[in-house]
Parts: sequence; C-alpha cells; structure tokens
Amino acid sequence: MGKLQEAAERKIRDICRRYVDEKTPLMMILSDIQNEYGYIPLEVQEVVSEETGISVAEIYGVVTFYSFFSLTPKGKYVIGCCLGTACYVKGGQQVIDRFSELLHIAPGETTEDGLFTLDALRCIGACGIAPAVTINGTVYPKMTASRVNEVIATYLIEEEKAKGVAAE
Amino acid sequence: MSIVNIKIEGIPYQVEDGLTILEAAKACGYEIPSLCAFNHGECNAGSCRVCLVEATGARGLVASCVYPVSEGMEVRINTPAAVEARRHSVELLLSNHNQNCQACDKNGWCELLHAAKLVGAREGAYAGEHAETFVDELAPGLIRDTSKCILCGRCIARCQNAHGLGILGFENRGFNTIVSPAENRSFADSPCIQCGQCVSVCPTGALMEHSEIDKVDEAFRAGKHVIVQAAPAVRAALGEEFGYPIGTPVTGKMIAALRRLGFERVYDVNFGADLTIMEEGTELLGRLTNGGVLPMITSCSPGWINYAEYNYGDLLDHLSSCKSPHQMQGAVIKSYWAEQHGVDPKDIFVVSIMPCVAKKYEKDREQLKVNGIPDVDAVLTTRELARLIMRSGMRFNKLPDEEWDQDIMGDYSGAGVIFGVTGGVMEAALRTVYFKLTGKEKDKITFEEVRGHEAGIREASLDINGTTVNVAMASGMRSAKILLDEIREGKSKYHFIEIMGCPGGCINGGGQPYVRPSLLPDEDDDILETYKEKRARALYSEDERQVIRQSHNNPQIKELYEKYLGEPNSHKAHELLHTTYQAKERFR
Repeated sequence: MGKLQEAAERKIRDICRRYVDEKTPLMMILSDIQNEYGYIPLEVQEVVSEETGISVAEIYGVVTFYSFFSLTPKGKYVIGCCLGTACYVKGGQQVIDRFSELLHIAPGETTEDGLFTLDALRCIGACGIAPAVTINGTVYPKMTASRVNEVIATYLIEEEKAKGVAAE
Repeated sequence: MSIVNIKIEGIPYQVEDGLTILEAAKACGYEIPSLCAFNHGECNAGSCRVCLVEATGARGLVASCVYPVSEGMEVRINTPAAVEARRHSVELLLSNHNQNCQACDKNGWCELLHAAKLVGAREGAYAGEHAETFVDELAPGLIRDTSKCILCGRCIARCQNAHGLGILGFENRGFNTIVSPAENRSFADSPCIQCGQCVSVCPTGALMEHSEIDKVDEAFRAGKHVIVQAAPAVRAALGEEFGYPIGTPVTGKMIAALRRLGFERVYDVNFGADLTIMEEGTELLGRLTNGGVLPMITSCSPGWINYAEYNYGDLLDHLSSCKSPHQMQGAVIKSYWAEQHGVDPKDIFVVSIMPCVAKKYEKDREQLKVNGIPDVDAVLTTRELARLIMRSGMRFNKLPDEEWDQDIMGDYSGAGVIFGVTGGVMEAALRTVYFKLTGKEKDKITFEEVRGHEAGIREASLDINGTTVNVAMASGMRSAKILLDEIREGKSKYHFIEIMGCPGGCINGGGQPYVRPSLLPDEDDDILETYKEKRARALYSEDERQVIRQSHNNPQIKELYEKYLGEPNSHKAHELLHTTYQAKERFR
C-alpha cells in the first residue's frame, strides 16, 4: 500500500471530523473527499475507517456502489453523458459513442494526458433537454453526435490558451 | 412480553409480539424455507427472497424473515402464488450458481441445496448469463469462491458481530455485486484473521476451509512416519457429523478411527496443552516476580495472534512467547520422539486435527520452524476428519472405544482438556500457578469463576497465598478489543488475560461441524443458543473423569523435562517451545 502524504492524511481526518455528530456520516465524508481530490483510493478509505469505525470493506462497498465516487483519479474535465431512458431514446448512445471514438477511451476511463474522463450516467433529471451532457457542471442540452467534435475542441483551445499564458 | 393473535393457513395462534413471521411460523410448527435469515436476526438482510409469504395488511408477498407479526394478521404460506414465488427465488439464485454440487465440500451441509429441495426447484429454469467469478485460494486457511455465493450477507454479519472486523463487504452493484474483502483482495492480503467464522455461517460452498486432505494422502504415499494429534475441542463435536446429539464426547471412537486411518501414532494435543501450561505458567510467575510486562496474554489462538499483529503491533510484548499446544507437541515429536525412535525429523509428517482454520495458517509461520523444519505439516479441521472417516468405509458408531498411544506422550491431565473452551487455559494455568505459589494443590481443584462458553468478557480476582492475581477472559475480537484498549491506555488492572479468537473458544471454532437448524430437524429450535454450552460441558465432564487434573502432575511431562528439556523456560525449551511475533501491515 502506498502511504498518504501527511498533509493529505490530516485533511482527510479533518473532513471526517466535520461530521462526528452525524448518525450516518459516511456519504457526506465520501462526497467531500471526492469533491476535494477527485477520487477515493484505498489508503484514503483506511483513514476514513480509522476515524469512523466503519470497516474498510463497507466503505469500499459504498464507493463502488455509487458511480459518483471514483477509485482512480478523474480527468480535469469530466464528461457525463446521460443514458437515462429519455436521453437514450433521443440518441444519447450515439453521443457517448462519438466521445469514446474521438477521445480513444471507453466510458469510465480517463485519457492518458489526464484531461478528459468519460462517464455514462443514469437519468440526471434533465429529460426535457435530452440527450443531455454535462462537463464539470456545464450542461450541454440536446446534444448530437455531430457536435461532439466542436465541444471537445472548445476545451482543447482553452487548454492551449492556458498553456500559452503559463509560457509567457 | 405481549401476545398477538394471528392466523396461519386459517388456524388461529397466539404468538409473541415483535417476532418476524418466519420466527412466529416456526413457533407454530412451520418451516418456511429461508437462506439469508440466520441466528435470530444476526443476519437479517432480507436479501434472498426465499421466504416469501402472503400476509394481510401487506402489499404483495412479504419476506417473512424481516416482516413482523401484528394483531389479527393472517399468514398464508401455501397459496399457489407464494409457493411459486419461493420456487422462482431459489431458481434465480441457482441460475447464477455453478451447481457443481458433487465436487463441493459443503455437500451434505448446503442450505441452498436444501432450499432447492424444499421449494421444488426445476433444472435450468432461468438459464442465462453468469456473473464473472473469482476464486481466492491464496490464504492457507480459507477459500472464497464467488461462483457459489448467493449474496446473503451472513458472513459479513458474523465477521462484524464476532470481531467488529468487517473484513467482508458487498462490492460493486447489480449483477456485478460480490462479497469480498475490500478491493476484491485475497484474505491473505487483507487484515483477515482467518478464524473461519464466515465459513461456519456460509450457507453454500462459497466460503470453505482450505482442505489439506491431499497433503496427508501424499505423505502416506511417500512412506513418511505420519503422526496425528487431535485438539481437545474436536472430541466434543466430531460426533455431530455422524448423527450424535450435540455435546456427545466421542474421544474413544475418534481414536479408534484415527488408528484405522493408518496413522503411526495417535496422540492427544492435551499433552501439548500440559506442556504449554508448564511453560506459560512459569513465564507468568517470572513476569509477576521480576517486574516483567503485564498483563501477560495467552498465545494459543492463531486467530487472536493474527488480530494482535494486524491491529496491536505496539502490544506484542504482552503476548506469552509460548507456541500453541499443537505446535509445541509437533516440535517435541520432531525432536524428543524422533531421537527416542531413531527417526530423521525430515521423515516425520505431523498432522493436527483442529477445530480451527487459522491453525492452517499458523503451521506455515516462519517463526514456528525449528532449524527450517515446521513443527506441524498439515492441519485438518474437525469437518475434514469426518470426511476422511466417511471415505474410509468405517461406520463411526460401530467403532470400539480405544485409548491414545501411551508411549512418552500419552498421559494428559484434565487441565489440558479444558483448553478447548473460553476460560479453560486460564483455569489450567491457575491450577499450576496456585501450586507453584503455595507449594500445595488447591482443595477444590476447579476455578468456577473463570468458566463460560459465550463471547464477551469475564473477570476474576484471586488471592493466592497473599498474592492477588487479577485475571480476565475474552473470546471474539470485539470483546478482546476492549481489554486491549485498556492496556494501550495504561488502565488495565489485570495480570493475566486469556484471549480466544472465536466466540466461546475452540468449541465454536471455524473448523467445527456446522450447526444448521434447518438441516437438523430433530434438534430443538434453540440449538444455536445452546450448542456452545453443550460442547463445553462435554470437555468439563472429561476433565472431571481424569485422575490427574493439573498439568504439573502429568508424569510424562515430568519425564520430558527430566530427560530432555531440563526446566520450564530453559534454553532448550525456548528453542523448541517458544516463538516471536511481528506487527503486520493491514493492507499489503
């Protein structure tokens, strides 16, 4: 097992202690850690287990049950393609397939450069704008496979700009 | 306790309020098939859906294992809809099960097979996709095979209840759900103590001991001197495999069976237990008088040793350095016995019959080898011994009662026998410590105050010749943790603590015969409440029958020290009979 850096371990313990008065604190703790670090590896689960007294196996079970939680680092941009019934009927599958094809990753995976993660989501409650895609909270309504290229391009251009600024 | 009026199949009954329909129906003489419900709510996941019935006031069918009775409720078990639903539930479980029953070591004790018979499951009713399966065979004690798992959750509940460990959990979801240690790791790479309690409660063959019958066969084939030694708790439970009531000691028949299986010598681990008391008692007296680390904690249970090494690496100085009895005896067989008989230790193969699966792990420990030779070569559980006897063609109940081999390590005291129950090692040690401190035997030989047969903590304070000795006994790691945390905080008032891995001690070990009320229709319904006490009583009754009841009065133990070891805790004794411990990382 890799060892956590001291600062990270302290931070995770702090997160756990935010919820000491809660009867069932696990989901809140895991949500905060997921938001803070983007993933929840086993080393982190061990710390949560020590703090809460909940067994590592149970925590691992919760992390692997909810698709919101991740065991591996996610990309800088997390693309969520809704495949709920409405989005699926309106062509959600073609949209995710196109993302997959252009980024060379399967749903659930992250590109090698760490920029993009592609997730298949169950209904996100936006059936009126089906098929829906979210990227880091930004919603792309009524997506089509033909617009995927353009959407990816906007993020790549942003990245290039950021790099340019950094170089100056 | 209030009473409610219910009807089952139209017949009125009065039952205790708060019972589930399943429990109430049982009290009224019905056996509703069920799988995930276990031991009076120890596991009540309601996940298997095998116990579905109709009940007024409920929408649709209800899982009777979790649905409580209420005043005026009418329960119907035998309607076409309920019968069909229960059958479908079992058929669905079978559809994702490997169904290789003839090659499964749970054959005869499988509750899924029993449920299939009860509900009339049909072949191939739901042929379809099978989930990806995993088999973990890396741990010396346990095997986990997900192709046989029905996701009932009983193992998860037992690990949590007995030890507060929660090694196992549900992982992933939907069709991909498995029960496993975190990260689908092997038991060997997680802080599992390999006690085997999960095996005891698993209704199918998904969790099993790692059988070593093949190794024993191989040793016979290779012409080794195959010597067997059986632990005290085995004799209190082996009979259950052959239809004897729980708590029937079958010592004589077991010896006869072992002899007929071809073992060159048939020894009782009680000799090793007496030896342990000599060493451990001396160690305790030494620590008491020389300001050594106290409290001293017993080291007979490898499940407990595992737990200590994973979780209390800072307290390992408190553990007695004594090897467990069968390891001590194995070491003596491969040295003293070998010399006496002019046999090369490398040609000796020692088989231990144990109520335990953690012993399978223990025997492989590097710290337990003498000059690179393991003390013990194979460990078989009580259940594996039953399998050996069955395949041999012997009819167990027709066997005569025979005696242990008497040469050089045949004698044993009653103190050794009671090692198999929580409090037993403590009592055995106290009998000898009393003698050492007072120079005479205790008038009333027993120490009733340390006896028990359940999980939890018991304590006693004894005044021996002006010396106060505070002792405590814990079994199951949930209880042990309380005593250990006290030590860690510097608040422990005890001098000597006995810790056993399994709740109740070895009589309830993970290698003992299964206690399955649904498969033992003739037993009382409360069998799960009483079996530990019954098995414990079998051991205490054997103690009472012994002429010699203190380890230090065993003549062959005296002889062993005079001829070979010198004094307890001597240099030679340390070489052969003592060991070391090392803190372990929890997730390697």
